[in-house]
Amino acid sequence: MLEKLTVSEALDKLHKKEVSSRELTEAALARISAVDQEVKAFMTVIGDQALAEAATLDARRLNGETVGPLAGIPMALKDNMCTKGIRTTCSSKILHNFIPPYDATVTTLLKNAGAVLLGKTNLDEFAMGSSTENSAYFTTRNPWDTRCVPGGSSGGSAAAVIADEAFFALGSDTGGSIRQPAAFCGVVGMKPTYGRVSRYGLIAFASSLDQIGPFTKDVRDCALVLNSIAAHDPGDSTSANVETPDYTSFLNGNVKGMKIGVPREYFAEGIESEVKDAVRKALDVLVSLGAEAEEISLPHTDYGIPVYYLIAPAEASSNLARYDGVQYGFRAEADNLLDMYKKTRSQGFGTEVKRRIMLGTYALSSGYYDAYYLKALKVRTLIKQDFDQAFEKYDVILTPTAPTVAFQAGTVENLLTMYLNDICTIPANLAGLPAVSIPCGFAGKLPVGLQLIGKPFDEGTILRAAYAYEQNSGIERKKPGLGKGGAA
Amino acid sequence: MSKYETVIGLEVHVELATNTKIFCSCPTEFGKDPNTHVCPVCLGFPGSLPVLNKSAVEFAIRAALALNCEIPSFAKFDRKNYFYPDLPKAYQISQFDLPMAVNGYLDIEVEGQTKRIGITRVHLEEDAGKLIHADFGDYSLTDYNRTGVPLIEIVSEPDMRSADEAKAYLEKLKSIIQYTGVSDVKMEEGSLRCDANVSIMPAGSTEFGTRSEIKNMNSFRAVHRGIEYEVERQAGVLESGGKVVQETRRWDENKGITYSMRSKEEAHDYRYFPDPDLVPVIVDRDWVHEIKAGLPEMPDARRQRYVTEMGLPEYDAAVITASKAMADFFEAVAADYHDVKAVSNWLMGDISGFLNAEGKEIQDTKLTPAHLVELLKLQNNGTISGKIAKTVFEEMFTTGKLPGEIVKEKGLVQISDEGAIAAIVDQVIAGNPQSVEDYRNGKEKAIGFLVGQVMKLSKGKANPGLANKLLKEKLQ
Amino acid sequence: MKITREEVAHVARLARLEMDDSEMEAYTEQLNAILQYADKLNRLDTEKIQPTAHVLPLNNVFREDRVRPCLPREEALANAPDEEDGMFRVPRVIE
Repeated sequence: MLEKLTVSEALDKLHKKEVSSRELTEAALARISAVDQEVKAFMTVIGDQALAEAATLDARRLNGETVGPLAGIPMALKDNMCTKGIRTTCSSKILHNFIPPYDATVTTLLKNAGAVLLGKTNLDEFAMGSSTENSAYFTTRNPWDTRCVPGGSSGGSAAAVIADEAFFALGSDTGGSIRQPAAFCGVVGMKPTYGRVSRYGLIAFASSLDQIGPFTKDVRDCALVLNSIAAHDPGDSTSANVETPDYTSFLNGNVKGMKIGVPREYFAEGIESEVKDAVRKALDVLVSLGAEAEEISLPHTDYGIPVYYLIAPAEASSNLARYDGVQYGFRAEADNLLDMYKKTRSQGFGTEVKRRIMLGTYALSSGYYDAYYLKALKVRTLIKQDFDQAFEKYDVILTPTAPTVAFQAGTVENLLTMYLNDICTIPANLAGLPAVSIPCGFAGKLPVGLQLIGKPFDEGTILRAAYAYEQNSGIERKKPGLGKGGAA
Repeated sequence: MSKYETVIGLEVHVELATNTKIFCSCPTEFGKDPNTHVCPVCLGFPGSLPVLNKSAVEFAIRAALALNCEIPSFAKFDRKNYFYPDLPKAYQISQFDLPMAVNGYLDIEVEGQTKRIGITRVHLEEDAGKLIHADFGDYSLTDYNRTGVPLIEIVSEPDMRSADEAKAYLEKLKSIIQYTGVSDVKMEEGSLRCDANVSIMPAGSTEFGTRSEIKNMNSFRAVHRGIEYEVERQAGVLESGGKVVQETRRWDENKGITYSMRSKEEAHDYRYFPDPDLVPVIVDRDWVHEIKAGLPEMPDARRQRYVTEMGLPEYDAAVITASKAMADFFEAVAADYHDVKAVSNWLMGDISGFLNAEGKEIQDTKLTPAHLVELLKLQNNGTISGKIAKTVFEEMFTTGKLPGEIVKEKGLVQISDEGAIAAIVDQVIAGNPQSVEDYRNGKEKAIGFLVGQVMKLSKGKANPGLANKLLKEKLQ
Repeated sequence: MKITREEVAHVARLARLEMDDSEMEAYTEQLNAILQYADKLNRLDTEKIQPTAHVLPLNNVFREDRVRPCLPREEALANAPDEEDGMFRVPRVIE
């Protein structure tokens, strides 16, 4: 049952030498063997390497050497973060055989912290999607109900954590790709402030929106992992050179006088009533602890989706142009260069990726740039200004994370309906703000997520609120019933 | 005279001589084994990110200031999107609407007239890689060592009206950039590249004709020839009732023609947009002043000074200041030697001759100002003759030995002893009766031949003045 | 605005994607649906609004001009679909 421990519990046992990293790693690997056929969270598992790494860390700990703050904790990375010598696919056919000769900065930081990499998790191809159904390989299942999707695009990481296959995992969030799967799977998922965590080695989807963050079993773990990955990186020009506090110092349960803005646009039609109810109950808990809540308006919320679906594809169309079969990845057979480009890209990319490349290429093309791309950048300014104004008065903004709970795989056919999944999460990406999703109960047997959005570089305050809520939510800490032959 | 007036604008790319590439820490060195100066960033590997080289920015500003440009306080980088195997990311990081510098100019001299050529903009961008086409087989190979080397693109106004003006502009530009030290500006190594936009219009017209862009002109001569060819071609098209089409044409050096590059023409739409991986560059005025203060004296100012303060002829001053290394050399010698014209004669004569023959710049040789100063002094104080000086020069140019040493080693000291020369003179008079007679019959020129014979017999060591004097005395 | 089939074909050429008629049909329809949805942005007057390309107020992020080790050539070429003589091999480029 070691795999059920949180990171902080496991660290405590490691310190007390009640457990070794090897035992934790074996437990996680055993769990993966037991349930991953059902969950399908992992693209790649590196069991032998993980065990060897764990043994090394155990030896160092026994020798009394200083080890990192996450030393011995088994974890997983979304398969769009580069890992030296370990296949990194972005769940795309076009990178089916790509082995990076370098580590992403987060990979290095976690190695330095002593975390043990178990493997790489599934995602929607190039992080484009909300369900992992766009993975070129397979769809990850929601451990609470395997007929349902885990959300996306970081669905593999979210599912791995709730299924106890990894003690924590990293995901990336461009329009909600950490928070929405965190909500669907009932784990804590944070997108830090844009610039807080280095993007070096994160395979880009939309560079001005992408941000890496943790999936954890509880809020304390979120703070612990964030402590290890938040750092200025001179290798990423958009990495902010700001001080990184000890995030666990915010976990004191005190929300007295905290001002919470509750934007009415996030409780409009299209948000399931069970979701709204769960979120409102969570708000009541915070108010009962001394927080002050007020309804506010973020008037440009409704424009978030169209702005996002112009900016992100535009950037993606350029970021994904490099997959042309010349230097790495898949190359289709062809007699001439133009055909090689076309066949490689047409066969190597999946439908959703191609759709977004087409959309983005169009939005940037001569004659349409002003009408689409530039217009979107301007409305992005308005969306950001909404938040700037709100944060003059409020400390955090509280909303649902997703309009619904997890849906069944293969049931959302309409493109726009799928895109609307991100309605609550996109604005924080557009404004570059930190936001965390934490579980706030269930609708039926599926978890509901509560989103807390903070001021730039003020992850501390949303962690403080999240922790206070978590400690007082009165919600039973359940685990999905996997390994009992299908949906529990 | 001509029916048409030519309009030329040049786009010049200059590779900056930074230690490292513009967005990564790979060296910029030229000529290494293929794909040995590469990293995930310049190879465009997934997840890699660019970080701007501060020196590249400073070099660009430095060059732009030398070209009299304004430096806006806000610049940004954009992506220029197109597919080509020499471009690993399938976009080039460049600057679109907000470049490092705008509104500059330089002055050229054509047929004794000074003409000002406007410079529209100077922007920073990354270089592409190299394609090598297999001799056999249907494939090409790519080498990315050059990928990401910083370039500035200098775009002129369409202010030039002839191939001569274009060549003069390019030469002046090369000279100015060389003075700033931001590039070695070698066309043959590709650190200076030039594309020309050429159009013609009826003489007297104010409306420009349709232009073509000429690429692949790899020398100053090629630029001149390429433009001249293109002007004639366009005139021919118009004369035969045709229309010039806007297109990119490639100069073929061997055939001496330009030809259409239709393969590159298809559906170009670069979809420029701000690079989200790079942040803007804010250039505050203090920074500009600091860079400006570090600029050396530019060629025009230096030329002016050589003429007015040092008394050098206009022509000599222009030739010497065209190359900074040459001008620096000149000043170093002139500081220790009084006769600046004698210095300039050496530089424009023998030294330039040797440099051209070996295809070298003066700083790449063993020759130092100290060499030339010593040589001039040896000649001036009569230790060696002008003829011997040339022999000594050749030796010191190749070996780097000091002239005094060479003179001593080879026994080249001038014979100024009257008795010794008189003996040789007697020998010459005895051996050349015909010339002696000619001279006595009033053929003054014959004396020159006889002096030459004295020099020959003395292996060049006889003091020619003394030889002349003694001959005249003896033949009276 | 409505995107035409010809424009879709042009965009596909720019993006180096090839597609058959039915795909072309589908993309035209889908792109139109998304663009139509995006048309709601035109309800906003953005005449005087500055675009936000970067959400962080960062500028002048530089690197010092110091050489650092390159990637060994074997590693640079390890993922190459085709290589020869230390270079990446591609179908012939016509200039």
